[in-house]
Amino acid sequence: MIRQEKMTVILQKQIATNIFELTLQGQLVQDMTPGQFVHVKVSDTFEPLLRRPISIANVNKEKNQFTMIYRAEGRGTKFLATNREGQIVDVLGPLGNGFPVEAAEPGQTALLVGGGIGVPPLHELSKQLNARGVKTIHVLGFQSEDVCFYEEQFKVLGDTYFATVDGTKGTKGFVTTVFDQVKPEFDVFYSCGPLPMLRALEAYYPEKEGYLSFEERMGCGIGACFACVCDTTENYEKDYVKVCSDGPVFPKGVVAL
Amino acid sequence: MSRLNLQLPGLELKNPIMPASGCFGFGREYAKLYDLSLLGAIMIKATTVETRKGNPTPRVAETSAGMLNAIGLQNPGIEKVMGEELKFLEDYDVPIIANVAGTEVADYVEVAERISKASNVKALELNISCPNVKCGGIQFGTDPSTAQQLTAAVKAVSSVPVYVKLSPNVTNIVDIAKAVEAGGADGITMINTLVGMRLDERTGKPVIANGTGGLSGPAIKPVAIRMVYDVYKAVNIPIIGMGGITCAQDVIDFMSAGASAVAVGTANFVDHFVCPTIIEELPGLLDVLQVEHISEIIGRSHR
Repeated sequence: MIRQEKMTVILQKQIATNIFELTLQGQLVQDMTPGQFVHVKVSDTFEPLLRRPISIANVNKEKNQFTMIYRAEGRGTKFLATNREGQIVDVLGPLGNGFPVEAAEPGQTALLVGGGIGVPPLHELSKQLNARGVKTIHVLGFQSEDVCFYEEQFKVLGDTYFATVDGTKGTKGFVTTVFDQVKPEFDVFYSCGPLPMLRALEAYYPEKEGYLSFEERMGCGIGACFACVCDTTENYEKDYVKVCSDGPVFPKGVVAL
Repeated sequence: MSRLNLQLPGLELKNPIMPASGCFGFGREYAKLYDLSLLGAIMIKATTVETRKGNPTPRVAETSAGMLNAIGLQNPGIEKVMGEELKFLEDYDVPIIANVAGTEVADYVEVAERISKASNVKALELNISCPNVKCGGIQFGTDPSTAQQLTAAVKAVSSVPVYVKLSPNVTNIVDIAKAVEAGGADGITMINTLVGMRLDERTGKPVIANGTGGLSGPAIKPVAIRMVYDVYKAVNIPIIGMGGITCAQDVIDFMSAGASAVAVGTANFVDHFVCPTIIEELPGLLDVLQVEHISEIIGRSHR
């Protein structure tokens, strides 16, 4: 069920250069699944006007809390980063369709591939896969060491490899450079990150089952405004999909890359 | 007794609040959030004869107190709209205003004739003001005689009253309003978006793939109010006002200027419950204004 709720800030913490971790408390946490997102009104004025779609990094249903990790880059996210403990944030969610945890059977291995600010939703996914008895391997790509985050959190869940464009952490290069070195053995992959990364991943493992999470400029976040449409591949039943309500996660081969 | 109900050509409104075309799809998404029967009416997304894919992305860009969009009238075409979307909306006790678009007169006429026969379509909204398509749309809305002829052609085939949606991107909106009235329009809806552009800070190029987009949101409210104010004085047909409405006070403002009802657009993306919230809050504002029924507000700026 989608709710619009005034949530309470439990914790706001900077965890890397311009990267913030925000924990909020409220009832809508109860309906969250990994890979879904929330649509956040960062101010109660018209500046900025629109909500900001942000992925869900960690869910704690017992405490009614969830965590999102975002890059404070534009007007809206910079404003969001000023929120402090006890303040109220207007959140709509949870939205969209998340990663199918059940696509990996207990005993199987899943490869989780994240790029930059696409990494956060893989954390909750990895937690749930591990809880199900699925082994996880994480390959995380960033620009440089100063924007890397959640190393420890991923390491306790499974083998974790980093790639940075400038080589300041892990392998110098891209996630595919790690694939070449490590040659991971797995049954299904899950990914969230920039389009070139998703494209490379699809091409790299054409035989594997896989699920990709997409990012697109959004308006309403619920499928009404048609801002975030993507073309689909030739064989898909529909001509287009909406990232917000049909996605953001799609099986590989649905969205034309 | 209701303090908010109103009668307009073709429309029995429980209240003057309706979501604006293009901001509400065909209602399915918002139906998951609240009961659509609460609404005065629903203006559904523009419908064309054939399926339209719309423009490339990015299609939206945020601006100061507003946003630009260039969706490009994406819709599944009249057959699917009638067979699936309008059927879905039959489950709700709410009149539908069907937004009709096309690239030439024959398109408008075909869509209008067919869609006006749907049992829940109580009025048409003739879209002669979409700024985001290369052919059709705004070209019909910027020249008075073209607007008049198209209105007359659609009026001749429609089974329900015809409202014409005016563009603010004209030298004199009153001339267009008078022309569509002369063409037989039963009402006017106004305003559509204002053509605008936002540039990328680094590249200096337009953010929206289409280059230009239509500006909406609170930023355009003063422009819309002025235009409703002027058109109200010049025509004798009712106006459904829109442009930047976000709260009950905005509704009072539009109706004071001369609107008989209003549509809420961009605000639906920001506060997804804005329409039912406004409906709930209106009686309180009527109390403040010491007005028994909302109809007493209409055109009070001019009295």
